[in-house]
Amino acid sequence: MNFFLTIVLDGLIQASWLFIVALGLTLVFGVLKILNIAHGSFYALGAYIAATAVTMVAARGLPPAVGFVAMLLSVALIASAVGLLLERGLLKMFYGRDEVVLLLVTYAVFLILEDVTKLIWGVNPIYATQPYELFGNLEFAGLYYVGYDLVLIPISAAIGFAIWFGLNRTVIGKIVLAVIHNEEMSVSMGVRVNRVYAIAFAFGVLLAALAGALSAPKISMQPGLSSDVIILSFAIVVIGGLGSVEGAAVGALLVGLARAASVHLMPQAELFMIYLIMAAVLMFRPEGLFKRETARRI
Amino acid sequence: MKKELHLPVMIGLVAAATLFGRVLPTWTLSLATIAASNALIALGIVVLARTGNVSFGQGLFFAAGGYGVALIANAWGLTDAVAQVVIGAACGGLLGLVIGPLIARYSGIFFGMLTLALSMVFYGALVKSTALGGSDGFNVGRPSLFGMSFTDPREADFMLYAVSVIVTGFAGIAATILFKSEFGLASLAVRENNLRVEYLGISANRVISINFVIAAVFAGASGAFALMAQRHIDPQFAYWTTSGEFVFIAVLAGNQSVAAVFVASMALELVRSFSNLYLPNTWQLVLGVFLLGVILFLPGGIGSLWIGKRRKRSTLATKEPLAEKGAAP
Amino acid sequence: MTPVLSVRGLEKRFGAVVAADALTLDIPAGQKISLIGANGAGKTTFVNMVTGYLRPDGGSILLDGADIGRQSPRSVARLGISRSFQIPQLFVDLTAAENLTVAVSGVSARMSLRQGAEAHGRGEKAVGLLGRFGLADVADRPVSELAGGVRKLIDIAMALVRRPKLLLLDEPTSGVSAEEKFTTMDRVIHAVAPDAATIVFVEHDMEIVSRYADRVVAFYQGRILADGVPSHVLKDQEVRRYVTGGVR
Repeated sequence: MNFFLTIVLDGLIQASWLFIVALGLTLVFGVLKILNIAHGSFYALGAYIAATAVTMVAARGLPPAVGFVAMLLSVALIASAVGLLLERGLLKMFYGRDEVVLLLVTYAVFLILEDVTKLIWGVNPIYATQPYELFGNLEFAGLYYVGYDLVLIPISAAIGFAIWFGLNRTVIGKIVLAVIHNEEMSVSMGVRVNRVYAIAFAFGVLLAALAGALSAPKISMQPGLSSDVIILSFAIVVIGGLGSVEGAAVGALLVGLARAASVHLMPQAELFMIYLIMAAVLMFRPEGLFKRETARRI
Repeated sequence: MKKELHLPVMIGLVAAATLFGRVLPTWTLSLATIAASNALIALGIVVLARTGNVSFGQGLFFAAGGYGVALIANAWGLTDAVAQVVIGAACGGLLGLVIGPLIARYSGIFFGMLTLALSMVFYGALVKSTALGGSDGFNVGRPSLFGMSFTDPREADFMLYAVSVIVTGFAGIAATILFKSEFGLASLAVRENNLRVEYLGISANRVISINFVIAAVFAGASGAFALMAQRHIDPQFAYWTTSGEFVFIAVLAGNQSVAAVFVASMALELVRSFSNLYLPNTWQLVLGVFLLGVILFLPGGIGSLWIGKRRKRSTLATKEPLAEKGAAP
Repeated sequence: MTPVLSVRGLEKRFGAVVAADALTLDIPAGQKISLIGANGAGKTTFVNMVTGYLRPDGGSILLDGADIGRQSPRSVARLGISRSFQIPQLFVDLTAAENLTVAVSGVSARMSLRQGAEAHGRGEKAVGLLGRFGLADVADRPVSELAGGVRKLIDIAMALVRRPKLLLLDEPTSGVSAEEKFTTMDRVIHAVAPDAATIVFVEHDMEIVSRYADRVVAFYQGRILADGVPSHVLKDQEVRRYVTGGVR
């Protein structure tokens, strides 16, 4: 029983940050129909910026809590700005062309950001562990859990709920949903789709960066982070269904639990398990576990 | 408007390129070897892309070829370069025969995602496999050729260069013949309208599978070359960024000209080398900007520079089959 | 004599829409039959089921006595049924000749990976077929550059390549100019004459129907309303009410 609980808890911890990343990716796909290959790069950017913020705060002798808040704020601001700039400044130029073109553009952005990150922060691993001690430790079932990891679960759930609420219960959200389901119709109804695009993309980038920032205290920031994250979040989004918020949640849970189970039961499977699930979903239910509802075209 | 094949000319070009290696400085030689090997696998992607399916997971066959050859080389002491290429190609081809028919029925975007997923499954398995060295991989010895071993680095480099240029060159000639063949035309038809193809009695899946196997064979052979050049194999061969780089070359080249694939591959290696030389950690940046430039100004890829806009084609577009409008009741 | 095509109790529903309702029909070899009916009456669904694109919910389809109801379009094509499309289904970026060449390639079991279509005279056959429809001069033009009526002809020509025993044409003259439609139908009839093939054509143009059909079958809501010679069917009260108009 303890063993089972351990896996579930580990899985939830994993799933919490996976969900935030996947959410951003699926949102961008749902609205703009772009698979943003640079999504992982924004995760990395968020992590690096967070690390810098934490380090700067710590250098001034301020308590870790300040560092925590500072990193979240700085990441939120910078990421949103970068996201908006990128969408309006670059991506917009390629709308209306073949879908493969935008994929290549985001791939180009991924390549560029890889090196930009290296040039700014160097190639050596960076750590920013001060916030990790903020929430103490918890002993459960004979194992020690770091409070920070556990706190991430409700934070992630809150973000998920906020997004869900925003999409389904606010006017702006419903407009965004309209664009997701039927863009042509939305345009003819007078929706300023360009604005929706910009907001959605900026949001997607923000979520990725936020996930990176939240993870920063417990990982090492080094080159290769972005490529690992993008492929993982892509797998989750495919499993859950491209463009589906519920899908991102279910996918993240599935992947998180699968990973936790593998680590404890069959470590060799930890990595390939996820992609096996992805392949299986693609073969038997290509639209994902949660098909984004498509309105019946008359 | 059929162009003549000029087979003797093409063979002559391959021979000339091989001999030219004699006078090239060592750094160019290694560069060209890598470029030739990458061109081979990118060529396979182009062959397959003509059916409307882009493979984002050629790393699977690239790694299969590399690991297959590495294991056999270490187990049986097989070091002959040509034999290694053949084994690599065979490993890729056998795997392609198994996987091809399974995924041939998935359309464009799902096909691409499946190939990606499968390559990452392989990557994941390799990284955690202690028997194969895990993420560190393992080393292999020097390649030989027809019984001769090469201790002088200059000779060894030239041998590898010659083998890779000749093999890739002949693959290019084979691809050119294929493109102009009946089967090549049918492949294009599959991309345009795979439903009509079926109505004409042609199995679209079979056409796709055969192209897929060809791509897998090229990828496996390329894996063998990469192994011989680095004398080392590791799971990175199957990672998505590796596959992505090969797609990058194919996209850069466009899907009309075989020669463009070589040009694109060489361009990539030159950019990488020069960036690393003058500004470390910038080659990806330069490549990214370069890619954006090509997308903006050369949507048909490099090949469109000389093939011309005879046909309206977008780069490696994965076209959905035309909706069967007549299906309404 | 076994009819070349025999349909028994065919059923097909799309949700609440009944496209085929206990459809039973026998088509003897060599006949030229026109299917008429309002949009949504079930004519194209019938064609889709016969050619293997849709699977019937019930009933059977027999070609020369053999059940083909569960076969794929590819198998059905190989068994001798070909069709053309309401909206031409062509390989748009290829030339007209290349389109026909692909069709010719499809006839044999093996395609060459080495030789072009010219090698076995297949290219010639393709161009020859284009010539029979008066399209020789556009042979080397990409289909994307050609007008709708020309595309229609190419679409039909492609269906003829296999010399099918049963040829289904979905609105062969729609999109073809008024002067050309008779020439088009003449060419089609002429092209299949040597094989004495059976032709089934879906049509809205009653002039074409009365001129070329030996027999007319009128569809309505998935059922056959009337079946007989054109002069009778076209005068039938119910047909005039539900199909051709003219009766309030």
